[in-house]
Amino acid sequence: MTLIQTTAALPAAPDYVRILPEIVLSIFGMAIMLLDPLIDERRGQRLLGGVALAGSLVAVVATLFQAQQQFWGSGFWDMVKVDAFSIFFHFVVAAVLLLVILSSYEYMEVQQIRAGEYYGLLLFGAVGMDLMSSAVELVLIFIALEISSISTYILAGFRRRSAISTESSVKYFLLGSFATAFFLYGVALIFGATGSTSIPRISAALTEYISGGGGPLLAYLGIALMFVGLGFKVAAAPFHIWTPDVYEGAPSPVVGFMSTAPKAAVFAVLLRIMFQIEAPGRIWLIWIAAALSMTLGNIAALVQDNVKRLLAYSSIAHAGYLLVAFASLPENGIPAAMFYTASYAAMNVGAFAVVGHFASAGERYVTLEDYSGLGRRSPVLAAILTIFLLSLIGIPITGGFFAKFYVFSAALQANLVGLAIIAVVNSAVAAYYYLRLMVVMYMREPRDESPVPAIPSRLGIALGLSLAATIYLGILPGRILEYAARSVALLR
Amino acid sequence: MLHMILFLAFAVLSVAGAVNLLIQRHPISSALSLVVVMGSLAVEYLLLGAEFVAAVQVIVYAGAIMVLFVFVIMLLNAGEEERTHGSRVAWLLGIPGVLALTVIICWALVEHSMAGVAAIGALPGPPADIAELLFHEFLLPFEVTSILVLIAIMGAVVLAARPESVEQTKKES
Repeated sequence: MTLIQTTAALPAAPDYVRILPEIVLSIFGMAIMLLDPLIDERRGQRLLGGVALAGSLVAVVATLFQAQQQFWGSGFWDMVKVDAFSIFFHFVVAAVLLLVILSSYEYMEVQQIRAGEYYGLLLFGAVGMDLMSSAVELVLIFIALEISSISTYILAGFRRRSAISTESSVKYFLLGSFATAFFLYGVALIFGATGSTSIPRISAALTEYISGGGGPLLAYLGIALMFVGLGFKVAAAPFHIWTPDVYEGAPSPVVGFMSTAPKAAVFAVLLRIMFQIEAPGRIWLIWIAAALSMTLGNIAALVQDNVKRLLAYSSIAHAGYLLVAFASLPENGIPAAMFYTASYAAMNVGAFAVVGHFASAGERYVTLEDYSGLGRRSPVLAAILTIFLLSLIGIPITGGFFAKFYVFSAALQANLVGLAIIAVVNSAVAAYYYLRLMVVMYMREPRDESPVPAIPSRLGIALGLSLAATIYLGILPGRILEYAARSVALLR
Repeated sequence: MLHMILFLAFAVLSVAGAVNLLIQRHPISSALSLVVVMGSLAVEYLLLGAEFVAAVQVIVYAGAIMVLFVFVIMLLNAGEEERTHGSRVAWLLGIPGVLALTVIICWALVEHSMAGVAAIGALPGPPADIAELLFHEFLLPFEVTSILVLIAIMGAVVLAARPESVEQTKKES
């Protein structure tokens, strides 16, 4: 090989900018691993948290830097593609990471969890999620999916003294690996049908196929199997069985993280696969999964007594609402799904931060009974949780309202009246169990008069930021929606 | 013709090995059936013209990884596993489900047998081709795999560490 060829074969400088948030997060993750053994454990908790926090802040900045138009486009030989779509999800992941790190500080000390590996795994997991949202190549998507999944399997088992945490981790690992196998088999079938693993090339091959009159049977099957794998990761029914057990056992900040950031990233992958490939059979596949997720999630949530399990079933239901957008037309469905992801991330991270703080050492206080009289014992905490719950219901001036509104109207515009009706009925049913928690907080006598620990400053910042995001999305949804709408053309 | 016969024979062998892996009660027997699966897959790769992948399959999977498996089983002194009957729902839904999925996949593959026909040797097989792919087109996935391995190692360390490590170090300091 001549010298000229060799230099041409190296990635160009803009290529590195296209994976800048990933590079930043990896460097900070490795810095944490190197610092961990060097410093005293007691001070170390805070210092490592500080490094992780800095890492997530720099990742936000890197995402904003990436957002300059000159860096848009694909890099590393069509492996990753930076556009409005990927930047949106990079931002969501980095913001969730920031909030989770802020709300983990106190939790780590109260629960006596080792910090080094915890923060390291959070950052490395975020690398995988960032890559998932910008990758346009199924092989890279698979590796990124594994990075994000394996880090969350481990994070779920971090409460080492608790048996249910270990159960949660093992259950998540076994079922998750099984789901990954489905995804991989789907990729193999798609490769068999189209001869490529690159999403733009798959899309071109399938279009040619369909216009040639051939029924892309293998592609149908490949898409369906990939949907099984991805549906598991977002906890969509009928692949949702793991969710309540895993969420119940995992540490609360981790649940806040894994119910939002990896889901956002997987939804990004699903959007690319479903809309860019123009997946055959998309609407029926999604229709069934969405209707099942909403209905099963909400009905099961009605009878839960454990708040973490209740929120787990609620997250299944929310995955269902989000999937409704996937069955719609791309021009309304994609922005609606993106908006939903962002507002769901804001309110859910906040809700789990409150739950994690209230649970105290060993996650003792997690049942509905424990929350009785919280409105009197700690009015601030109760008020904050109430706002997040109102947003989860979808009450106006919170992000949850516009999220649901856009998704339902997207469904109606695509003439999916049946699905829209199921979604509306479900959100009415869902209001019952969120309101039930509020009634318990405000209308019941406190069972235990001991004061709730005050909200520490960093957790306060996290709660403030997620409240601000929830309300901002509820009052001024226009700008975010406009930004999301710009990526529609880029995906097609 | 001989090619086809060999291919089918080893395909059957690998599936039989995989089924046996599940049926066997003793971990060592399962591990040894896994060797059969890995070995026959290597032959399949070779028959498809991917000689480098076949060699790697033998060295890494059938060799290194299986030795690790056997070591771990021996070190843990794992005995025969206990069997539970499993839930009835799993039997009632699981077996028809597996059968249905198998039938659908087989039907799709047979129906579509001409979908992705490639001549043997048309896809990258020799080491030079693989290197070209790994260090050029697939450079990013290749590099990112190192993070995957890193977090897997971190996970093993976290899950194997003693749960009371925090308290202990607090007492010591």
